[in-house]
Amino acid sequence: MNELLQQLTEAVGVSGAEKEVRRLIRDLIVDHVDEWEVDTMGNLQATKRGTGEADFRVLVDAHMDEVGLLITDIDSQGMLRFDTAGGFDPRSLLGKIVQVGPNKITGVIGARAVHLLKSGEFNKVVQISAMRIDIGAKSKDAAAGKVSVGEYAAFVTPYQEIEGGRTAIGKAFDDRAGCAALIELLRGDPYPFDLIASFSVQEEVGLRGAGVAAYRANADAAIILECTPAYDLPNKNDVSPNVALGKGVSIYVMDRGTIQDPRLVAHIMQAATSNNIPYQVRQPGGGGTNTAAMQRVRGGIPAATLAVPGRYAHTPAMMINLDDYDHIVQLADAALRSLTLETIRRS
Amino acid sequence: MNDLIKTLVEAYGPSGFEDGMRDLIRPLVEPYADDITVDAMGNLIVHLGPAKAPADGEPLKVMIAAHMDEIGVMASHITEEGFLRFTNIGGVFPHTLLGGRVQFGNGVTGIIGCDRLEDRGKIHPLNKYFIDVGATGRDDVPVAVGDAAGFVRPFEANGSRLIAKSMDDRIGCVVAIEALKRLSRDRMNHDLYVVFSVQEEVGTRGAQAAANGLLPDIGIALDVTGTGDVPEARSMNVSLGKGAAIKVKDSGMISHAGLVRLMRKRAEDAGIDYQLEVLERGSTDARSMQIAGPGCAAGCISIPCRYIHTPSEMVDAADVESSVALLVEILSNPIDL
Repeated sequence: MNELLQQLTEAVGVSGAEKEVRRLIRDLIVDHVDEWEVDTMGNLQATKRGTGEADFRVLVDAHMDEVGLLITDIDSQGMLRFDTAGGFDPRSLLGKIVQVGPNKITGVIGARAVHLLKSGEFNKVVQISAMRIDIGAKSKDAAAGKVSVGEYAAFVTPYQEIEGGRTAIGKAFDDRAGCAALIELLRGDPYPFDLIASFSVQEEVGLRGAGVAAYRANADAAIILECTPAYDLPNKNDVSPNVALGKGVSIYVMDRGTIQDPRLVAHIMQAATSNNIPYQVRQPGGGGTNTAAMQRVRGGIPAATLAVPGRYAHTPAMMINLDDYDHIVQLADAALRSLTLETIRRS
Repeated sequence: MNDLIKTLVEAYGPSGFEDGMRDLIRPLVEPYADDITVDAMGNLIVHLGPAKAPADGEPLKVMIAAHMDEIGVMASHITEEGFLRFTNIGGVFPHTLLGGRVQFGNGVTGIIGCDRLEDRGKIHPLNKYFIDVGATGRDDVPVAVGDAAGFVRPFEANGSRLIAKSMDDRIGCVVAIEALKRLSRDRMNHDLYVVFSVQEEVGTRGAQAAANGLLPDIGIALDVTGTGDVPEARSMNVSLGKGAAIKVKDSGMISHAGLVRLMRKRAEDAGIDYQLEVLERGSTDARSMQIAGPGCAAGCISIPCRYIHTPSEMVDAADVESSVALLVEILSNPIDL
């Protein structure tokens, strides 16, 4: 069992309320870094000093927030109205168990039983504004005694490993898989340069923590570790499949928010090839990561993105392949250890 | 000037892949520069110090930006039969694609086809187009997913009307290069940074980083703007051949009012044709410069251009001349806002 992934994915940290997961990560890294601090946004930034052989700084980022829900009102029957933090397909929410607020009050996102649906209602998507979280409270006052407006709710999904232990199911692999990989890098031997690790907040609501973190880090290059949606579901047409589970680290070239630094991308691919680490080019096009916010702070820095492919992103249950996870740790490590000033500085 | 224009507009340089453009422009501007740097994003930054510093305090730091990149496409999937599906780099309109030609960074040429049109009255979305590089299967496709391609179209001069695939914004680069050539250094008292920027077409990203690095006092972009002088055009008071367009507003920026006044005055004093521009859709590197760091006074000299983001963008040589003259006038005089 990968205990790191279990701990990280079972911890709660919806965008804007990352305290629990931040404290967990802090405890996991504190013995392996030279200094750490939490900035006003809540980003956890840690420095792992290098051997002194190379005179530059590299920022490695993973966002610690996850998509979740935000309680907006308690209705007269003690049911909780909610809004979303991050992007959801409303169809993924009904019938799911959630934990609300710091006291982790258990609730369920109620769905009308099929017995009670009228025929026309089968084809309609229930909008989030019509959904409620039911915490079993008998009245508004009873609910208000346990939950406050403004508190967050996260899904309840225990971490599990299936398929001979190489496939993992859990919530929030986006981006706790990246956080776990970054923690593993911090636990390894020092790099030739100072490595600045940023566990960033509020990615899912618009890359809000990352710009601040990158400005503070003032690094010479950045590598962002992510979990990107795998698009390998059954598809009869030979059109535009995306990265697939189990086929290696997903390397970004271009998404909606960035064109990745071509030299850094080439360097990473070279590191993968020379270390026999499988990789796949993530289909260029949509999507966005913290890279967009980090690439252009100050005078700009070369930035690239590596990702673990994950199925069912932004639902209560994601799936990743643990070989892909091991490979992102290996590839990030190999690419960092072989990084030189020539790769990242232009003349 | 047409030789310079032809050289720049026919070169390859989609957003993010401007290395060739930078290599092309660098020797052209080197004779005029005090120093040249390339930043992490790939912006080519040409620095010229002031002839004499003002008695009271620092010279103004002026940033001029013309973007080297052009719109293009990027291969996103290779089918078993050897066709490439692709995504856009910047604002690519599907109705301009069919039958067009593209060239990849490694020189491979492809033509653009599309899935069968069931209804000729409708336009396919981008994901129903493909590039045919002449391959017979996936294994003999000479490009890979993630490779970028630019459009291919030769430069034409119909009298004063100049036509090319990437007037946006190679013509802005031409204006910057010509202005550097004509500028009398002994009259230029600013700390001048002429930035040939990258990744404008995907969201003025290069200029954002460059401006965050330079923190200029004044920012002026050189870019194309639309016109209202073709049949059934969206109404817009800019026409080809009526002079440099001084931008007042576009959808990403309201120009600094004092800078607009100063630009108009310089044009009027020097007898340079100009028109005022209000662009309803689109923006330029000036947007990024305006709000970089503590902000700066930003504006834009626009070159009127028809058919923007098609393979045949058209400008008028007289407007290019006016734009060069206006930029030289602005830089040769005090910028007192």
